[in-house]
Amino acid sequence: MPLLELRGINTHYGAVHILKDVDLAIFPGELVCLLGGNASGKSTTLKTLLGMVTPTTGDVVLDGEIVTHHSTSYRVERGVTMVPENRRLFKRLSVKENLELGAYLRTDRDGIANDLERVFEMFPRVKERLNQKSGTLSGGEQQMVAVGRALMSDPRVLLMDEPSMGLAPALVQTNFELIQQIHEEGVAIFIVEQNANMALSIADRGWVLQTGKVVLDDSAEALLANPELRASYLGESGSV
Amino acid sequence: MTATANDASTFEAPGLDWRRQIRFSAIGALSCAFIALAGMPVGLDRRSIVYPVLSLGYLSLFWVPFVLASLAGSQVVLEGMGERERDTRDLAAGALVGLGSALGLVGLMILVKNFNLRDPLVNWSPQLLELLSFNRSTTLGMLLWVVLGTTLGLLGGAMHVVPAMVRAKILTVVLSVLIVSVLQTFLTDLLEGFRLEVFTDFIYYKRGGLEILGALLVAVLAIAIPLLVAGRIKGLRARVQKMPPDERSRVNLVLLGVGAALLLVLPFFLGKIANELLANVGLFVLLALGLNIVVGLAGILDLGYVAFFAVGGYTTAVLTSPNSPGFSPELPWPVALIVVVVLTGLVGLFIGAPVIRMRGDYLAIVTLGFGEIIRLLFLSDWLSGWFGGAQGITNIPGVDVGIGTVKGTDPRSVFLLVLVFCGIAIYVSWRLEHSRLGRAWMAIREDEDVAEAMGVNTTSTKLMAFVVGAVLASFSGAIFSAKVGSIFPTSFIMLVSIIILVVVIVGGMGNIAGVIVGAVVLIGVLGGPKQPGLLQELGQFKLLIYGALLVWMMLKRPEGLVPNVRRSRELHQEEFLQDAWLKGEIDEEDPS
Repeated sequence: MPLLELRGINTHYGAVHILKDVDLAIFPGELVCLLGGNASGKSTTLKTLLGMVTPTTGDVVLDGEIVTHHSTSYRVERGVTMVPENRRLFKRLSVKENLELGAYLRTDRDGIANDLERVFEMFPRVKERLNQKSGTLSGGEQQMVAVGRALMSDPRVLLMDEPSMGLAPALVQTNFELIQQIHEEGVAIFIVEQNANMALSIADRGWVLQTGKVVLDDSAEALLANPELRASYLGESGSV
Repeated sequence: MTATANDASTFEAPGLDWRRQIRFSAIGALSCAFIALAGMPVGLDRRSIVYPVLSLGYLSLFWVPFVLASLAGSQVVLEGMGERERDTRDLAAGALVGLGSALGLVGLMILVKNFNLRDPLVNWSPQLLELLSFNRSTTLGMLLWVVLGTTLGLLGGAMHVVPAMVRAKILTVVLSVLIVSVLQTFLTDLLEGFRLEVFTDFIYYKRGGLEILGALLVAVLAIAIPLLVAGRIKGLRARVQKMPPDERSRVNLVLLGVGAALLLVLPFFLGKIANELLANVGLFVLLALGLNIVVGLAGILDLGYVAFFAVGGYTTAVLTSPNSPGFSPELPWPVALIVVVVLTGLVGLFIGAPVIRMRGDYLAIVTLGFGEIIRLLFLSDWLSGWFGGAQGITNIPGVDVGIGTVKGTDPRSVFLLVLVFCGIAIYVSWRLEHSRLGRAWMAIREDEDVAEAMGVNTTSTKLMAFVVGAVLASFSGAIFSAKVGSIFPTSFIMLVSIIILVVVIVGGMGNIAGVIVGAVVLIGVLGGPKQPGLLQELGQFKLLIYGALLVWMMLKRPEGLVPNVRRSRELHQEEFLQDAWLKGEIDEEDPS
């Protein structure tokens, strides 16, 4: 059974039709990616999954339960978390406060302490910077805190919006290694990316979104080999 | 970069920036002319600071050359460079800025003497000219200003030349004399309570200001007392710092207790005037603490905060006054307060619900509108059957607390009541700030979308900020109502909202201690929208000073008078890091 699923989603912003009959499913422990150019509806898909946008028709299914009209906090509580585009830390709060806010909905103190340790283990630098204002960290460190913050909610599926955007080229590689590391711990990961080559190199499966429609849905290898995709899409933005 | 940190003399520090001095001269000239034309020298001349040599009116001009000269001379020590040797050139620069400022006045005097622009500029008057000429001939006056300005500028410049120790002493003396002089009403009142009128009679001139001998005495004390006590305080502080954390927090707790006890006893030694003043300050502390939660913590810029103050005040009036025109249950105040809190909380929800979906500028404008709507409703004929319209509601009884009645004619009791509620408000603010809710507020302030993505229910959290803020304002309104005894829509003009906001910003947003200090300084010294402060003469210039202060704070000290540790970390992180790095502190924590 899929962990998180979109069934026949149509979304409108005002009268504009943004998502058109989008179907996708994320299974437990999977690493999948959603590719698409600008204004293809990637971010809207992500917001729909998290409940920050309500679709006009169709259902969002979390763990077999229809959550289309449930709040974001309801879904976060049940293991869906997002790492926002450009990291978007709470810049004027300390690193510690950022991490604590990741665990905002949790009440199990021991579990939170455990996860904090886990984050420190994964990112020793975060521990060093604990009391520093998060806005003053370097881009790479901010990415660590953003991922750490998301992990603090003890997610089952992590939604990552453009994780490589705004990072130095050298850091993009490290970043994808990091994603794999989290994936190995059993967290399902859903990456929304423009950087198709890099994303497909680590993903199991992927979708390609074009003007709100899923035009391709295949395994990562097949997508990488797809001549159409290579020509039209990877050619431009996959060359990073 | 790291290599140059240790050998500071590698580069020569840049020399004196003469352009900056000239710029400051021009600023000084314009400031002096502006202050003179705003009418401050004439309007404030009645109040002496040191009788008979210095009045507040002259002081409003004298500070300009001094402060600007010392500001112009201040120079950031650049990383990797030594501090520039200070020499006579700094004195000359100071004198130049002072002279520039004085020339502004001289120019103004020439213009005032030869032209008449009184029509647009009301303060373009013979009185101004007379005052600026020191009641002598205009030419002599101009000459005096040139000399005075240059001297004051020179002194300002000298601040950078003399050793730090001397500079600190001079500043202490000047500030002590000013503060003691400003606090005249308060200190006289206080010392009367201790039967020590002899002392205040000696140092103060009866109609305001210090006597010359008094000023000298204050100056001597300002130098002597720190010399006698400083060492001991330092020792004590060092001892407390060395204590283990739990013992230290116990010491802090005891200090807090002693402070609270002193505050509770204080009203009994104060006379009417001082108590009245402090009661007003307390009312604004309550309001500012409430707004601090809305603006400082949750980041919701509410410009109509006075609405909740009004609802609190009016509800109390309706419920307790026998003269209430519509519905008059004549409840005792404490019972009424419960209704007031519930009702204001509901109004908070009611106003908050539509507003909360907006952000930034739009929200500010809409709240501004709601603030006015509430006032206009109380003023309207439509509701005058309930709230009395422009006639308001009169004859509001005091608060019966068993051992006595708290009412406006007995400011001591009002101050005590306000103190109790301030205590409650401080405790509530403090607990909330460190709670889960407080963290959610700060997250929303930083980034609302991401806060939502973290699972914060942004709508209810923001509404909570509105409601808590409203309840704190309603306390203030309820006490205000009982204190004044009557209530009119004019007490709740938009200006009140603005002044509370200024108090919060000047004190330090998101910082409880700062907000209290802000209220004490602004409301206590300058006065509230209608309440006179210690310097009643400043009344007509209050808004000018508020505005100038606000601009200066936003530019130079955005974290407020009392910086919150977190906020100043936010605003000056880079500087802190640099300082720490220069001192070699960072290396200990961070091996990279």
